[in-house]
Amino acid sequence: MSVRTLPLLFLNLGGEMLYILDQRLRAQNIPGDKARKVLNDIISTMFNRKFMEELFKPQELYSKKALRTVYDRLAHASIMRLNQASMDKLYDLMTMAFKYQVLLCPRPKDVLLVTFNHLDAIKGFIQDSPTILHQVDETFQQLTEIYGGLSAGEFQLIRQTLLIFFQDLHIRVSIFLKDKVQNSNGRFVLPVSGPLPWGTKVPGLVRTFNNKGEEVRKVEFKHGGSYVAAPKEGSFELYGDRVLKLGTNMYSVNRPMETHMSGASENLAAQTQESIAPNPLAKEELNLLARLIGGMEIKKPSGPEPGFRLNLFTTDEEEETSRRTKSWLGSWGSLRSWTSQGGVPARAMICLP
Amino acid sequence: MFRRERSIPLRGSAAALCNNLSVLQLPVRNLTHFGVVHGPSAQLLSAAPEGVPLAQRQLQAKEGAGVSPPLITQVHWCVLPFRVLLVLTSHRGIQMYESDGSVMVYWHALDAGDASLVQAVFARGIAASGHFICVGMWSGRVLVFDIPAKGPNIVLSEELAGHQTPITDIATEPAQGQLDCKPLENRDCVADMVTADDSGLLCVWQSGPEFKLLTRIPGFGVPCPSVQLWQGTVAAGYGNGQVRLYEASTGTLHVQIDAHARAICALDLAPEVGKLLSAAEDTFVHIWQLSRSPEGGYIEVEHCHGECVPDTQVCGARFCDPSGSSFAVTGYDLAEILRFSSM
Repeated sequence: MSVRTLPLLFLNLGGEMLYILDQRLRAQNIPGDKARKVLNDIISTMFNRKFMEELFKPQELYSKKALRTVYDRLAHASIMRLNQASMDKLYDLMTMAFKYQVLLCPRPKDVLLVTFNHLDAIKGFIQDSPTILHQVDETFQQLTEIYGGLSAGEFQLIRQTLLIFFQDLHIRVSIFLKDKVQNSNGRFVLPVSGPLPWGTKVPGLVRTFNNKGEEVRKVEFKHGGSYVAAPKEGSFELYGDRVLKLGTNMYSVNRPMETHMSGASENLAAQTQESIAPNPLAKEELNLLARLIGGMEIKKPSGPEPGFRLNLFTTDEEEETSRRTKSWLGSWGSLRSWTSQGGVPARAMICLP
Repeated sequence: MFRRERSIPLRGSAAALCNNLSVLQLPVRNLTHFGVVHGPSAQLLSAAPEGVPLAQRQLQAKEGAGVSPPLITQVHWCVLPFRVLLVLTSHRGIQMYESDGSVMVYWHALDAGDASLVQAVFARGIAASGHFICVGMWSGRVLVFDIPAKGPNIVLSEELAGHQTPITDIATEPAQGQLDCKPLENRDCVADMVTADDSGLLCVWQSGPEFKLLTRIPGFGVPCPSVQLWQGTVAAGYGNGQVRLYEASTGTLHVQIDAHARAICALDLAPEVGKLLSAAEDTFVHIWQLSRSPEGGYIEVEHCHGECVPDTQVCGARFCDPSGSSFAVTGYDLAEILRFSSM
């Protein structure tokens, strides 16, 4: 599909990851300076120039497994540690959030506005670090250079590529269920009301013209929805009103972020199918991944800074249920042993059947 | 009024592509064939009148070089004068099978040649025109294959240049729609094929041993994912939710419908009765009646019916019978074909 999709996928998933980590750091009362250090470390690793260079090269999307490995590494770019169950849950929340945003983008080009929303928020996290701010702004420039001139058709292809990546993921997320943007079967609600995409007129009109181009008839029909024209187009500038709310931080301090484990087994089955099927092309993917992660400069936890563990679950019981549900996933086992060791060369990170 | 009929389960969910449902009606055999793209595979299944699934088969995209298995862009049955072929387009090439998908009769590998590093290379847009099968390319070219009455001796006879951006869809004048009927003998309309692309440009052609470009209908900044041709009228669905109808021979715009709130993903025709179906990512399917005005003879459209498929980003829709009294719908992430029939 489109070879321009990976940067958008990576930056938006990364943005969601930061929203979630930020919320959990506050909820767990991690001291301010430690929390800031974690976010700063992760953000500066994400926007590292060498890493961004690799990311922006035209290439096909990685498999879900390969991409997950990148985020495992990223999440451990600082003094914070996540156990396997928490990392799994973090990834589930990230992917479902971005899937929701892509699906609900009014126009395919709006995925760029979603990306800018994430970047705007990321800049908010690192306001007191001018060096990292500069890195993010540079990435912004790169996005504008590459995506600013793409046609609607190319954005449509990017959107289709992203949706194929997210196909068959139906993990239920508490915050989505509560806000009624997701049904209990895991599918997202597609509203038939609200603002239209920029450039689309309110449906309901049939206009007929004669051979001279004069309008000879105008008839209305009942289209079934309840739409209004978009008030204005979102800004694609470095600073501006994006108008679109998709991609902004939906986690305030008190909002829950559980995923529903009872639906998890069905989703895990779908994900396992991908892990179990033999992948004869793994070697090439391995090399690509190694190059990408090789560009990441991970700070190893050094002496006087004690690391700490972040928990994505609100209760131990919930975590235990999750661990039991997932313990039979043999292929994740090798990944678990890797994450507990810390810095391991790229080649050893990929677990393949 | 339409009611929901029994759905037909799919092995894999439908991919978020446009025109992602092909239907082959075989009324003589009391069967309907359905084809849906899942991703790297496509599913064919046949069903009896009440939607009872009878047989199914999965086809894979050929040639798995590269990081990930190649994705299929479209699957479509081509009804030719003496045979029916199933065509599958992907990011690697064009595969043609006997109509039940049992035997591959032809493989055409894509030549990435002129593509820059940033261009996606794929084939997309499939239609039968007489004894030709036309397939669109990422480059805007349209390949014309000459199909013999039987056997695998398929030849690439022509490459049409009219588009600069990836082809989205191709439509031809229906030959009365059914396998057992003879094709139209005396055609009034010279224009019998229309091709559409990502920029919204439409090209109208006359088929023949050499295809001739008759008219170009410019786009207006949005893709045209789906197009149909009926009695000299082009019906085009656009990325901004509009359906426009043009006189094929002149390119004159006759009808403009603000039909949908999101990008249109599929159009279909019931040619015997002049019904048009439009489906879009806004979860709606609309059915329109086409007719000729008594005064000027130009095309007129009337809205017949609108159906909401809740919480479903529709990606394919087709009439299931020649009278347009039933239709089927596929949706992104949905592992079933939804069926509707009029009461």
